[in-house]
Amino acid sequence: MGKFSRYGNELYTGRRSIDFVGRRGLWYAVTLAVVAVAVAIIFLKGLNFGVEFTGGTQFRVPLASAEVTQDNADELRDAIADAEIEGVDNPNVTTEGTKAIVVEVGELDAERSDAVAAIIEDTVPASGDLSLSEIGASWGEEVAKRALLGVGVFLILVMLFIWAYFREWKMSVAALVALAHDIVITIGIYALSGFPVTPSAVTGLLAILGFSLYDTVVVFDKVRENTHELRKSGQTYAEAANLAVNQTLVRSINTGIVALIPIGAILYVSAVQLGASSLQDLALAQFVGMAVGIYSSVLLAPRVLVHLKGREASVQLADKRARSRAKASADRYASVPAFTEDLPVHDEPGAAGADLGDDEPGAPVSRPMAPPRAAEASGRGRVVPAPKGATRSSGASGREQPTRETRSKRGKK
Amino acid sequence: MARSSAARPGRTLVVFFVGVAILFGLVALAGNWKPALGLDLEGGARITLTAEGDPDEESLEEAREIIDQRVNGTGVTEADVTVQGGRFIVVEVPGDVENRRQLEETVKRQAQMRFRLVACSDVDGRCATGATDPGLGVDPNTLTPPASEAPQNPQGNKGNKGNKGNNRPAVGFADETPAPAEEPSDAPSEAPAEGGSEAPADAPSGSPQVPAYDGPTSGQTEELLAWQDAPDQASIEAFNAFTCPEDGAPAMVNDDPDSPLVTCEYDPETGQSIKYLLSPAAIEGTDLDSASHGIPQGQAEWIVSLEIGGKGEDAFDTISQRLTGSEKQFAIVLDGQVISAPTMESRISNGQAQISGNFTEASAESLATSLKFGALPIAFQPDVTVEDIGPSLAGDQLTAGLWAGAFGLGLVMLYCLLYYRGLGLVVVASLAVAAAITYAMVLLLSETAGFTLTLPGIAGFIIAVGVTADSFIIFFERIRDEMRDGKSMRVAVESGWRRAKVTRLAANVVSLLSAAVLYIFATGVVKGFGFALGLSTLIDLAVLFWFTKPMVSWLAQFRFFNGGGRLSGLSEETLGMEAVPAGGKA
Repeated sequence: MGKFSRYGNELYTGRRSIDFVGRRGLWYAVTLAVVAVAVAIIFLKGLNFGVEFTGGTQFRVPLASAEVTQDNADELRDAIADAEIEGVDNPNVTTEGTKAIVVEVGELDAERSDAVAAIIEDTVPASGDLSLSEIGASWGEEVAKRALLGVGVFLILVMLFIWAYFREWKMSVAALVALAHDIVITIGIYALSGFPVTPSAVTGLLAILGFSLYDTVVVFDKVRENTHELRKSGQTYAEAANLAVNQTLVRSINTGIVALIPIGAILYVSAVQLGASSLQDLALAQFVGMAVGIYSSVLLAPRVLVHLKGREASVQLADKRARSRAKASADRYASVPAFTEDLPVHDEPGAAGADLGDDEPGAPVSRPMAPPRAAEASGRGRVVPAPKGATRSSGASGREQPTRETRSKRGKK
Repeated sequence: MARSSAARPGRTLVVFFVGVAILFGLVALAGNWKPALGLDLEGGARITLTAEGDPDEESLEEAREIIDQRVNGTGVTEADVTVQGGRFIVVEVPGDVENRRQLEETVKRQAQMRFRLVACSDVDGRCATGATDPGLGVDPNTLTPPASEAPQNPQGNKGNKGNKGNNRPAVGFADETPAPAEEPSDAPSEAPAEGGSEAPADAPSGSPQVPAYDGPTSGQTEELLAWQDAPDQASIEAFNAFTCPEDGAPAMVNDDPDSPLVTCEYDPETGQSIKYLLSPAAIEGTDLDSASHGIPQGQAEWIVSLEIGGKGEDAFDTISQRLTGSEKQFAIVLDGQVISAPTMESRISNGQAQISGNFTEASAESLATSLKFGALPIAFQPDVTVEDIGPSLAGDQLTAGLWAGAFGLGLVMLYCLLYYRGLGLVVVASLAVAAAITYAMVLLLSETAGFTLTLPGIAGFIIAVGVTADSFIIFFERIRDEMRDGKSMRVAVESGWRRAKVTRLAANVVSLLSAAVLYIFATGVVKGFGFALGLSTLIDLAVLFWFTKPMVSWLAQFRFFNGGGRLSGLSEETLGMEAVPAGGKA
């Protein structure tokens, strides 16, 4: 514990620092590679849309009323899900009144629907013939359109908000880049898992939009705080931003742990122990999205931001100043010659002190030195600037002095 | 806020707990300690509508969307609407009996809306042969242009002199509009009101001369207006032969747009029905662009605003010009039932009208909803099947999910206790308080707004755990950073809070934006998720400002914390500063 907190302290003071903004090319390459892989997965493997999006087939299983129970419905759901029929991995099974159980699955050809029917016959004692009917999508184009419109409006609003809050459109752009990265990777991993895309999964993904930007805003808030007064701290923009990311690192790690533990637990229970359900779709989308969101707000967004800011003339100028100051303070005795045996001693009277024996062999190579300071700065202690006029000591010691007032004004402040 | 809470953390805490107690008191009054669960968790009712004839796919889809909007208008019930088998629309509503009945009504309302002109009713008795009882329950609605756009109308009626922003339309009891000099007579052709004129060529003197519109529909509209003044004998006989059903049941009428219609308006408050003879449809409901309800500025009563576009706009212009100032009414007919029969207050040329009258909020809203989602492109068979359905998500899944979530939360609390030691207690307490408030709010909203908890809603709350915990983490890390800069605990709490507060507000604005946009734009399930996310974000802010912060300020008064005790989570060792030579503590 103590070790970890000491680490936190060192991160805070900047004594220990992880480079989160440098090595741009490498990290961009890594990011692009990961995103490319995700896109490739999405296109090659494809997303497996659920009944809600594609429409599909509905089996109505008439049963004696004693058999229409939730347990039977659950049993049927598991039986169909476990049968591994292609395109049938997450059936919707509900009881209907006291007469039937209804099974909804995606589009099926005759062969596969026969297979499903066979499983149903085996699992529950149907009291009559199964009736098949086509069902339409409850999540049609209209829903998708509206959701996309909403996402568009949301992105524009958030961009404007970040821009207004940080007075910096480059932060908006960096946050947007990180968001795009999160969404693509989340969808990619979702495609990889092969889970069906249900409304729950879409909901989880939409939640990630907000969370990713939220997390980036928290990190950028610290970045702004640190880069606010670059002149004073004498750091380059990149250094200040990096320090900020390091200082929020502890918070990012803690938040990550705290946010991911409950969702991870739900994901584990629903995916490993229960089999297919909309719970696992949701948990997977949220778990991956949150993890990637926290990662990108630490490793990607600040990098993009520093990259964008680095092109600004004012930032470049400040960076140049900071670098030259750093160089100057790196070795303050660089101009002092190193001692050698035959080093001419300067303060000996009569020694040839006017010029350092540059032409003497064996003499240390000295750098050109700064011209001597002005006379007023060569005294001891504080350097007092030349007075602008004659001053009289007032004897007031800084206290407010009474002044002569007319009687009418006395006693009023 | 920060200042006062720093000075008096105790008071803020007490007020906060009183607030929470009141919240739970309300829940106890409602007497329901179990949240209403959604379709996927608890099942509900399935309502199946069968289309008449053989509709094409597009109109079926359009009808599906209209019903979806109707049912999910508020977005907290999360009903599911699907098209099945090319002629069925299936609505699945989460189980809550009273809600269900209401929704059934909403779904069944076929809502083909038309605007017709009122030739006569049994109130004005112009077609009556027998004695009627005037003033029996007159429709007290009037139709006006929105106040801001009221044209100068010099001989408008008394209450509406065109003084902008403050023209309360006179509530036009049909017999109270500018008093005609004589009693309304039976002859339809002579009921001149003082301001209005009936002859089409005779524009009221002194009113601004607007070139008369002469469009494709104007001829038709003129015919209807003429018919309104002198209905044909057959219709009058039909009108007199017709009686309204006693109990307010919908009158069985054949709502054909091209022929006159005799039907009723039922007022549920008085239990009275009014019979109307109506002209053929003047405006089709599909021309209605939008309808909303509200209280206009400077007025005190609810109104319903309409916006009519397309062909209807011109027809409406003509009609409003003619009916203005007369007592002649205009009826809005939904599925053959008159839902409102207002009189005209002034000419409306841009299609924007307001219906005012003695609305309550509920009646204005329901009228606006019926108008807005009124026009279904297809008709459905009157018999609607309703059956119960079970949950689509297995029960063991929900319980397993909840247990997993609870287990995860336990781990989170343990982690916070380990990492933040004493301050971890504050985290645990804050999370517990936030959870309690969230639960109370869900219960209250289940009671009042018909909120049903679905799986995505629960997901919204789970996401919120991370965000809520994050607010404490940001705050505590700030305090630690300030202390690393050499401030004492008490000072660090206040200065850390000042910075953390800004960060929190900015970050939460992002969350709220996302919740609001999801709620406004999305449908069904996602709407519910947005609602849950927004609710938990607001609760997070409330807990942080009124519980966590005062709590930390209050704890900062104790030696255990401000003295840097080993377990306080703020000792030098925990801050990782013990290696740093102590600079002497204040």
